[in-house]
Amino acid sequence: MTTIRSYRRSHLRVLEDEAVHILRELAAERERPCLLFSGGKDSIVLLRLAEKAFRPARFPFPLMHIDTGHNFPETMEYRDRRIAELGERLIIASVQDSIDKGRVTEETGPRASRNRLQTTTLLDAIEEHQFDAAIGGARRDEERARAKERIFSHRDEFGQWDPKNQRPELWSLYNGRIRRGEHLRVFPLSNWTELDVWQYIAIEDIPLPSIYFAHRRDVFERDGMLYAANPFVKLLPGERIQNQIVRFRTIGDMTCTGAVASDARSLEAVIAEVAAARVTERGATRADDRFTEAAMEDRKREGYF
Amino acid sequence: MTDSEGSRGTARGTTVGLAVGVEDEAELLRFSTAGSVDDGKSTLIGRLLYDTKTAFEDQVRHVEDVSRRRGDERVNLALLTDGLRAEREQGITIDVAYRYFATRRRKFIIADTPGHVQYTRNMVTGASTASLSIILVDARQGLVEQSRRHAFIASLLRIPHLVFAVNKMDLVDWSEARFLEIENEFRNFAARLDVQDISFIPVSALTGANVVERSREMPWYHGPTLLYHLETVHIASDRNLIDVRFPVQRVIRPESSEYPDYRGYAGQVAGGVLRPGDEVVVLPSGLPTTVTRIEQLGEDLDAAFSPMSVTVHLADDLDVSRGDMLCRPNNQPVVGQDLDAMICWMAERPLSAKSRYAIKHTTRWGRAVVTDLLYRLDVNTGHRDEASGELKLNDLGRIRLRTTAPLLYDPYRRNRITGSFILVDEATNGTVGAGMLLPPE
Ligand SMILES: Nc1nc2c(ncn2[C@@H]2O[C@H](COP(=O)(O)OP(=O)(O)O)[C@@H](O)[C@H]2O)c(=O)[nH]1
Repeated sequence: MTTIRSYRRSHLRVLEDEAVHILRELAAERERPCLLFSGGKDSIVLLRLAEKAFRPARFPFPLMHIDTGHNFPETMEYRDRRIAELGERLIIASVQDSIDKGRVTEETGPRASRNRLQTTTLLDAIEEHQFDAAIGGARRDEERARAKERIFSHRDEFGQWDPKNQRPELWSLYNGRIRRGEHLRVFPLSNWTELDVWQYIAIEDIPLPSIYFAHRRDVFERDGMLYAANPFVKLLPGERIQNQIVRFRTIGDMTCTGAVASDARSLEAVIAEVAAARVTERGATRADDRFTEAAMEDRKREGYF
Repeated sequence: MTDSEGSRGTARGTTVGLAVGVEDEAELLRFSTAGSVDDGKSTLIGRLLYDTKTAFEDQVRHVEDVSRRRGDERVNLALLTDGLRAEREQGITIDVAYRYFATRRRKFIIADTPGHVQYTRNMVTGASTASLSIILVDARQGLVEQSRRHAFIASLLRIPHLVFAVNKMDLVDWSEARFLEIENEFRNFAARLDVQDISFIPVSALTGANVVERSREMPWYHGPTLLYHLETVHIASDRNLIDVRFPVQRVIRPESSEYPDYRGYAGQVAGGVLRPGDEVVVLPSGLPTTVTRIEQLGEDLDAAFSPMSVTVHLADDLDVSRGDMLCRPNNQPVVGQDLDAMICWMAERPLSAKSRYAIKHTTRWGRAVVTDLLYRLDVNTGHRDEASGELKLNDLGRIRLRTTAPLLYDPYRRNRITGSFILVDEATNGTVGAGMLLPPE
């Protein structure tokens, strides 16, 4: 029995309380939600919050992974092991399938990435499974274009985000009402910062994919950033493979997720690095996010997240 | 002490609030900010983010580059929060922007809202979750109409702590007399408001004086800096820890081989302190029972209070469902279908008597018809216009409603969670009204 000593409540537990409340509210308000699982630390925290919200019952929604096919092997290994442990249902929506079906065309050139193709795969999967809500791990703090994002964010029948459709969110009263064909994006981690996520992982002792921690790997340098050697990117003249000790601050595709030189092998060391580092995770290691904020705003309109 | 020279974009390494890491036990403070155009709100927020070093480096570098390109003599900290004026220029919809920073003692969520009367609905939205509001005042102008409106809305939304940041003190020669004059003017005005904790802090967002670091230029001021006040203001008793209110959000019944007869009532505590062994009543049925267990993911707790999300187990096998509420037998909420409420109208289509809406209150949806529009409130003067037949976008007013099913509520002044509701347009699904319940007649 845990004794409650005072009525003070740490910020991490208050953020958890809010996120659990949001998940339970969504489960009540929408018939067919799904939880988008990417293998990244934010969606991994979402799994723990879903356990807090619904256990010992099953999650009232399946998990869905928009699989670009360019994932780190370590991420795939973690995904399959973790989801088997949870005993929850995983739907895999494959970008490769979308390409094969001609729904999207593969980007070419040395800096090609499948990041932007995910939107079509995601919207097609939502359509195919008739989902009316998709829970994601996006946080307002990630960059400026998201400072005004709602917790229940409305998408029209084209999957698009339109400012005039977004509802004012008052108190903790969430309006999940939509019309047929529309859906919601729900962001339980809206009020979390990157440091909050890391500290929560620490106090809850949540296992993570190994590449978040320093390890020896073949990498190459491009545009001032380090990338993992991978089968999807051809080296340019002058680029060469080096074997270094690196880690990844965020998890995405091998083609566009930058590594950082680091010897942080423990969670505490990673947290110390994150707390001291002042470069937003997006700015530092997601190559394609170097577009302007307007690009992020446009991609939101297209339903990217 | 602030090195005013140092604040020319190089105010690095300020001693106070260097947020190397927020301690696990640090509390969370949500506060709203309000100010009229050019009062310095964006600069102030930028200063808080910049000086507490949680303005991430690339966003800071971006601001420094832009400032240098524009030949700004100082880093234009307002750019850090892409000030609302910039948004107006880019035609981005004016909205509530949430910003995050932290010091070793606390994590902060800022609801940054524009101050113009045209955006009252955004101010009400930002204020709804705030336990403190910073109202900016330009030291040269003192109490102006907007400052009255901002204070009035903060009071209407029952924000427990109000801070008047008297900004641009550098433009009034850091004058104590001027500051005291403004403070007096406001204290007379604020006497009519219903706010317990009001403080006045003389600052200069531009130089950073008394924002994060104490100011050498105002030795006559012995109060806390703005950041120190934000870090230490007592917020633990802002919640209602007296009246037990537990709206049931979800009934957890796995009916699995492993948990054949597990039945838990999950939700977020809205008031009071609930403990195993407590006698409770389930509303609206009124059936009595006892709390046997309170848990979170299998971990048993000996108490639960707001804002904890927990699962409660009851001794009796009652028919309890989402929308019901647990409370103590001798301390029950009002159960009623005829409501009296203050409301902020948030839709283009005006509210008028006889209009029907969906209503959401705690974990309950229902339908409501407006039976009476008592008056529209002039938010600048507090005057009641009983003649107006409708409430337009951004209007505040008092209405009477009748709901299809009874609500289990408290007056808003007693509990901001069980005392608030939203109205939703059943055709557009848009949230059109934010309501604050008054005690029944
Ligand atoms: N002299 C002086 N100017 C300030 C101060 N704070 C803000 N300003 C200036 O006032 C103008 C408006 O500031 P801004 O933060 O954009 O105001 P906002 O519209 O309330 O966000 C800018 O030129 C700021 O540099 C201050 O404390 N002293």
